[in-house]
Amino acid sequence: MGKEGGCGQNKTMVKQEQELANRPDNTAFTQQRLPAWQPMLSAGIVIPGFVIIGLAFIGIGVALFITSKNIQVMEMDYTGFEPDSDCFKCSNPEEKNCVCQLDFNISSRFEGPVFFYYGLSNYFQNYRRYGVSKDDAQLSGDLDNFKSPSDTCSPYDTDGIKPIVPCGSIANSMFNDTFLLYREVNGTNELVPLDGKGIAWWTDYNVKYRNPNVTPLKEAFEGTVKPLFWPRPAYELDTSDPNNNGFINQDFLVWMRRAALPDFRKLYRRIAQGDYARGLPAGNYSLKIAYNYPVLSFQGRKKVVFSNVSWMGGRNDFLGIAYLVIGSMCVFMSIVMLIVYAKFKFPEED
Amino acid sequence: MARDTEDRAAGTHKAERRQRGRSKKKPKETRTVRVHTGHEHNPNRHYANNRIKTTKYTVLSFLPKNLFEQFHRFANVYFVFIALLNFVPVVNAFQPELALAPVVFILSVTAIKDLWEDYRRHRSDTEINHMDCLVYSRAERRYVERFWKEVQVGDFIRLRCNEILPADVLLLSSSDPDRLCHLETATLDGETNLKQRQVVRSFFDLDCEFDPLKFNGIIECEKPNNDLNRFRGYILHRSGSRDALYKDNLLLRGCTVRNTEEAVGIVIYAGHETKAMLNNNGPRYKRSKLERQMNVHVFWCVVILLLMCLFAAIGHGLWVFQYGDKRPVFDVLSPEGAELSPVVAAVYLFLTLIIVFQVLIPISLFVSIEIVKVCQVFFIHQDQDLYDEDSDSRLQCRALNITEDLGQTQYVFSDKTGTLTENKMVFRRCTVAGVEYSHDANARRLALYQEVDSEEEEVPPPGGSLRRDSSSSQQSSRVVLRSLSTKTHRRTGSRADAKRASILSKHTAFSSPMEKDVTPDPQLLDKVNECGGQMDFMRFHGQPVSQLPSDLADIMDFFMALTVCNTVVVSSPNQPRQKVRMRLESKSPVKTIEDFIKRFTPSRLTSGSSSSSSSSLATSRSSNRGCSGLLSSPSAESTLAKLQEEQAALGSAPPRYDGTPRSPEDGELRYEAESPDEAALVYAARAYKCSLVGRLPDQVTVELPHLGKLSFELLHTLGFDSTRKRMSVVVRHPLTDQITVYTKGADSVIMDLIKPPDTETSKGRRQKKLVLRTQNYLNLYAADGLRTLCIAKKVLSKEQYACWLQRHLEAETAIQGREELLFDSALRLETNLQLLGATGIEDRLQDGVPETIASLRQAGLQIWVLTGDKQETAVNVAYACKLLDPEEEILTLNADSHEACALLLEESLHYIQTKFLCSSSDQAAKAFLPNFAPFEVYPPSSSSPHSAAFTVHRLGLVIDGRTLAYALDQSLEDRFLAVARSCRSVLCCRSTPLQKSTVVKLVRNKLKVMTLAIGDGANDVSMIQVADVGVGISGQEGMQAVMASDFALPRFRYLQKLLLVHGHWSYSRLANMILFFFYKNAMFVALVFWYQFYCGFSGSAMIDQWYLIFFNLMFSAFPQLVTGTLDKDVSAETLQQLPQLYMSGQNSEEYKPYMFWMNMIDAFYQSLVCFFIPYFAYADSDVDVFTWGTPITTLALLTILVHLGIETRTWTWMNCLSISFSVSLFFTVSLCYNASCPSCFSPSNPYWSMQRLLQDPLFYLLCVLTPVAALLPRYFYRACQGTLFPSPVQVGRQLDKLPSETRRNILNLGGVEAGSAVRPVPHFLSLGTPSPEGPDENHQRAGLHAVDATEKDTLPYTKDAAKLPPEPRPRPPGDAEPRPPGDDEPRPPGDDEPRPPGDDEPRPPGDDEPRPPGDDEPRPPGDDEPRPPGDDEPRPPGDDEPRPPGDDEPRPPGDDEPRPPGDDEPWPPGDDEPRPPGDDEPRPPGDDEPRPPGDDEPRPPGDDEPRPPGDDEPRPPGDDERPHETSEALKTSAMSASSRAASSPRPPSQAASVQLPLPPDGDAQRVRYCRNSDHAVRPAARTQTDAVL
Repeated sequence: MGKEGGCGQNKTMVKQEQELANRPDNTAFTQQRLPAWQPMLSAGIVIPGFVIIGLAFIGIGVALFITSKNIQVMEMDYTGFEPDSDCFKCSNPEEKNCVCQLDFNISSRFEGPVFFYYGLSNYFQNYRRYGVSKDDAQLSGDLDNFKSPSDTCSPYDTDGIKPIVPCGSIANSMFNDTFLLYREVNGTNELVPLDGKGIAWWTDYNVKYRNPNVTPLKEAFEGTVKPLFWPRPAYELDTSDPNNNGFINQDFLVWMRRAALPDFRKLYRRIAQGDYARGLPAGNYSLKIAYNYPVLSFQGRKKVVFSNVSWMGGRNDFLGIAYLVIGSMCVFMSIVMLIVYAKFKFPEED
Repeated sequence: MARDTEDRAAGTHKAERRQRGRSKKKPKETRTVRVHTGHEHNPNRHYANNRIKTTKYTVLSFLPKNLFEQFHRFANVYFVFIALLNFVPVVNAFQPELALAPVVFILSVTAIKDLWEDYRRHRSDTEINHMDCLVYSRAERRYVERFWKEVQVGDFIRLRCNEILPADVLLLSSSDPDRLCHLETATLDGETNLKQRQVVRSFFDLDCEFDPLKFNGIIECEKPNNDLNRFRGYILHRSGSRDALYKDNLLLRGCTVRNTEEAVGIVIYAGHETKAMLNNNGPRYKRSKLERQMNVHVFWCVVILLLMCLFAAIGHGLWVFQYGDKRPVFDVLSPEGAELSPVVAAVYLFLTLIIVFQVLIPISLFVSIEIVKVCQVFFIHQDQDLYDEDSDSRLQCRALNITEDLGQTQYVFSDKTGTLTENKMVFRRCTVAGVEYSHDANARRLALYQEVDSEEEEVPPPGGSLRRDSSSSQQSSRVVLRSLSTKTHRRTGSRADAKRASILSKHTAFSSPMEKDVTPDPQLLDKVNECGGQMDFMRFHGQPVSQLPSDLADIMDFFMALTVCNTVVVSSPNQPRQKVRMRLESKSPVKTIEDFIKRFTPSRLTSGSSSSSSSSLATSRSSNRGCSGLLSSPSAESTLAKLQEEQAALGSAPPRYDGTPRSPEDGELRYEAESPDEAALVYAARAYKCSLVGRLPDQVTVELPHLGKLSFELLHTLGFDSTRKRMSVVVRHPLTDQITVYTKGADSVIMDLIKPPDTETSKGRRQKKLVLRTQNYLNLYAADGLRTLCIAKKVLSKEQYACWLQRHLEAETAIQGREELLFDSALRLETNLQLLGATGIEDRLQDGVPETIASLRQAGLQIWVLTGDKQETAVNVAYACKLLDPEEEILTLNADSHEACALLLEESLHYIQTKFLCSSSDQAAKAFLPNFAPFEVYPPSSSSPHSAAFTVHRLGLVIDGRTLAYALDQSLEDRFLAVARSCRSVLCCRSTPLQKSTVVKLVRNKLKVMTLAIGDGANDVSMIQVADVGVGISGQEGMQAVMASDFALPRFRYLQKLLLVHGHWSYSRLANMILFFFYKNAMFVALVFWYQFYCGFSGSAMIDQWYLIFFNLMFSAFPQLVTGTLDKDVSAETLQQLPQLYMSGQNSEEYKPYMFWMNMIDAFYQSLVCFFIPYFAYADSDVDVFTWGTPITTLALLTILVHLGIETRTWTWMNCLSISFSVSLFFTVSLCYNASCPSCFSPSNPYWSMQRLLQDPLFYLLCVLTPVAALLPRYFYRACQGTLFPSPVQVGRQLDKLPSETRRNILNLGGVEAGSAVRPVPHFLSLGTPSPEGPDENHQRAGLHAVDATEKDTLPYTKDAAKLPPEPRPRPPGDAEPRPPGDDEPRPPGDDEPRPPGDDEPRPPGDDEPRPPGDDEPRPPGDDEPRPPGDDEPRPPGDDEPRPPGDDEPRPPGDDEPRPPGDDEPWPPGDDEPRPPGDDEPRPPGDDEPRPPGDDEPRPPGDDEPRPPGDDEPRPPGDDERPHETSEALKTSAMSASSRAASSPRPPSQAASVQLPLPPDGDAQRVRYCRNSDHAVRPAARTQTDAVL
């Protein structure tokens, strides 16, 4: 009571009417009483969990390991670093249009479909400034960017006068060795057909990279120059197939997808045609290499890889082993904890 | 009701500092206020008007200003810098626009928050600006309603009762006959007592209504300033005369007009120039301890970042260097075509990497923390347990950013009055003329209130069975009256309503029925009636009243003193807008000698018998002049209310004790006092029919039984001051016509001023007996924790008075040193008093205070109480609230000089150290104490030597304000702290607000601990502000403390849940979240770092820039926010039942530096796993950068979320939802992103990557394997830790898991039941094992003591317990049953006697000297039983007397045993002489010698010792039966001279007291070590204390 006795004010009346207006809501949320599950990391729960996880992992690991072991891989270096190699002669950068040959033997049938990769080592496609050195708009066929390529291509945007198309370092450094695979059949070399279609991502070929809507394609490239290192302009990349030219050339697409690591391989061709659809039969083969791409200057290596694939991709033992290791670790830890648990039986039953 | 208006005014306080008014431009030093005549421009227009604007921004200025403010935070600048760095082509890492996104996001979130806050301020401003007030309009020639904002300087404002002042107003007219205006200034200074403001002198004599039109003065005054207590100026009248203005003329904005019907004033300062607004400081920015810790680690993150960048930059330089001149085909030349040199490339790369790695500095951390804190505040705010239904108030969090500090507090500094106690003074009992009146009925009534209170929460009891007496029904009707008058539509009938109303009213100041309706003691009432009757008779027969029997005269005088000797203002609710006044004739206090002579000429010295008639005359006069015609006449409604009220009062008022119905009018008087005790005394007197009915500056009207109304001429009022500790009034007694001085004051002071009785005469002997008995009862009261006041009187002869008046008037008119002169004058007057009696007032403890304190203490909090109260009261309340334990020793420090204080501290330190170190070698130590050898007789050993260490912690320190002042000196503060920190509880009495804050500051800075200050009054503000966490009690003392606080609580007991539960949760949640943040970012960034090894350190990232940038902000943010907000490591119940768990926060166990590093290491490990598993899995494949990087991102996200899952303690659907939301958000965003634009988002062009990945079985295999591999170690560690060495918190969590029944059993085993904490409970760690690392704060204690395991039971100090050897099992149930409090069973000696035989004695040489012999060892029997203080039960008679035969304490002869007669007579000469307080000279040794050891009070001879059994005083059982001998026995201190002086003429407390020679002690100061072993001991502490001031 006290002083505020007789003369009330509006405010105080309101106050009295809504008495207890300040009472907090009594809900599980506001009172922090939401139903909750408290996982307790105690031995009783952990041990069975670990065992189950461990066993499951071991199972997966075994499966993966077996799958991986069934995959055949054949790798051959053709850098020409060693003097006895046929390609040694070509490793001199002065040498132009050098062709060398790589002979090899397949002892047993190489199950198909066989994928034919080329591989580069110590080649940093993931180098940051290299990675940005392209013009996506240009590559999607935007003619404006033909005339004025993006800054990101610099210094491979113009040759000083004319714009370079396709601009940028990635395109400029496109791998340009070519391979022909011969199989020795009855003393003669029979050309193994290599399928160059569909080796790039479908979306790259159909969506991401587009040639300008100009026919013939050559006209679109008028007023531009080819990348410095290229022997031919983009619209003449594939002389055999006019539809495989410009930005949707499969080899170009494969190259433009930068490798993650400095030692990488890229799909060159598939061997899936005719007699070779079921794989490469045993026998002697020779690979004719048009050796154009210099790598020795940066201690790089070049190789070709023949491999078949399974559902999990190429041959890779690591994953299976990893599963096995982690699985066994889980089991091991569960044993350790079992011992601990047995020794310090803990007072949950109190 | 008042609260709300306060709130509103409080809104203005929230303001930031704002721009000053335009008057600043004026070069003049003063402000001139002219009246706006309405003809020309307003002459005051250039002053700020009354519109207030506390908003920071306007629509236009918001963006720039807010951005500017946000850039004050370093992190924001950093992130903006990084974002801008992206615009530099050579170093850019991301698309520049994209890189801006997070910063913009963060900034805008903060901006929106600021905007919202500003909007709220705007709304509150608008509300305040649109409040109404009456402003005089010249045009209309009347007062019209205006908004506050329209008020201008120079406007005339009419103020009505209970209105809030809109501006600073100069008071020109008041309806009050004395030209006063009463103000409540609670919003400004927190004081609820009414302040009087006076009309400007020249308007003082204006009899009719003030007419603004006639005002023509010009006011010159100071420029606006923020000094509330200063105002100077003058009015220049047209006549040319000047009239000075003082602060007493100024009404300040925000105050409330009370008790004054109406006042008129002129606005001097308006709006932001008002003093209230100028005093507004913006809220402080506090940074929590956790944040400070975190910032260190942010700094370390920066270091790590720089190291990583540096490493990569050097790597890049080397990488470039290795190619020499022949750059490889993939190396891109600079745009100019030139080759970058390795060094330049490295420098560029360094900058690039800072951008790429910026995620390491968690940009969203700050925002997340803020979000989490806001949520925590929300939850704290929402907690129903912190809601006080009575006052309908809940906890307010005023600081948003220190919630987690609540969980880390180590020291609690608490105010006492109003914080621990209710600040409601309740009259409990009194002693008049040496006879005690116990007021049992009153005590029962009070007990009933408490019961009713507790019942209230359940169901309203059925009507009719209410146990309250008439007063309660009266109360209810009165409340109804009020509610009707405030237009609520509640009818009288409902009992529940009445109850509710009474509950509501209970929380308004000073006026609850509990305080008001004192039930008189029947015996005393009889005597009063008898006395009144006799006086009536005598008056009738013309006999002089002085013939009254002296005991009856004393009773009469006692009640007169209670009624008159105060400054209580009387008001009547029937006519609420009017002061009740009964004026005989208009007279001012004696101002001149002539006046005196004139007044006291014999002709005028007539009896006051005509008083009643003249008083009625005065009443009518006052009602006539009340200007009531101006206001609306009482409405029909209020008439109705009055009718109803009268009906109720008449109908239900049961007979009073004397059989006569109480007149309703009588009950309607309301008293408003400066201090609640005053009001309590007046109410008490009213219960005996001695009612104060009116008070004027020169006259007090009292209604007495049988005599009717008497008017005392009030000659002087010598107000209370804390130095004198008393107040006096000089009145002319209307019956005897004598000039009488009534003095009321602290017992310690008054007792010294009592005229030494003349033992020759019978009257003198009676007087002496009276004094002794009163002292005895005072001790009893003190033991009960009552606040004691002594009442005394003195009759002055006219000559004496004239003599005194002469000098007093000189003093009053003195120009220099007036204060001192007045003080001296008061001292001259207040001598040779005649003791009338004493009163005991209870300041009731708030509910749950002892339990809260016990539980906080178990939580390892050190609790210090800093109070302005006197030492005795403080000590008693400390006992009552279990701050001090009867079992613990009390160190009392009272010193009068710096040197003395230094010595004291030194001694105390030695004492403590000897307890620590030399306990086992006490024999050796004893050798150093030859002086004391005879007295050093210790009980035979019954405890282990370890207990010495243990008892050290059971020390309580009591220090008074003066000593504190010395102790806080720079040279002594370290020693003081050293002493104080070894004490379990510290009690600082008589401390000033400044000292409070100094203490807090000292502890905070020197001990580097987290401090919390809690208080309710304005005097606590400074302490609240200094502490790390300031808590205000939104109680009775206004808003000041609340305004300054970070958290405002309705009641003290809520502190328990606030700290133990919310604090703990907040801390644990935030700590875990911050750690997780660091981990998360480090883990994510490290992925990119590892990649640098495979990309030529080129700053390339395999993670798409979108993921990099938004990972923190979007993908991983929600789950941790949810966890940070909702996670409960232990349930609220367990946290409250096991306060020990709180220590994890105090010791920062959830966030220790090593944890940061462990987390970093774990982060690097996990990132290695997340990087290299995909690395090897995709080795020898044709994978491209981002097809490889996206799985890594996914894996990292999954790993982080699972990691969070491991760290989450409680899973609710919110957690599950947030985690699945996070995962699905990631996939949704990336799928959309990867499908959105085929040729955008250079350089990654992730078109269709995710879609392809989802078709790749390898991706899923990785998603299963990697998180498991990454988290295996952590999971393993957690699993083992939870099983092998669980932390206390984990044990608590395990308890949570148990079914509630089992849990309760276990907790009971632990005995940790709140409320039963009389007996400290075993440490809860007995459930598990001790935590591996001891709290490092306690290193000073560590190693100094080892505690025996058996001692644990009584060990309250869980911090120490953490170092105990593990006790593998809970104690067997039978053993550990919680003991009932107050367990009185005699225990075998030594059972819980925690001290070893030589425990106390080993004192270093030099230490011993000032200590009296028999220091603390002579313990009384019954020592061991811990009694709860406040235990009122009668003790079993055999409790104290029959000592066990082998009683271990050989007592000093005659200490407390029944002594041979004749032992007691030598009262040391000179001991009983009143000494002036402040006499601190060392006393001659001989002076003290004849005193008993450990008992320094002089005992009078002929003490009334063995009371006759039929002693006539009614003594309540258990009250005065308390064994006082023990108290005397235990008194061991030697006191300072002054303190002795203060308490010297004190009778022994019981018959069986002995006097022994006091050891020689020449020092003025002493340390007292009271071995308080029993409840009954408390008087020892009390009575010995001194009055230093």
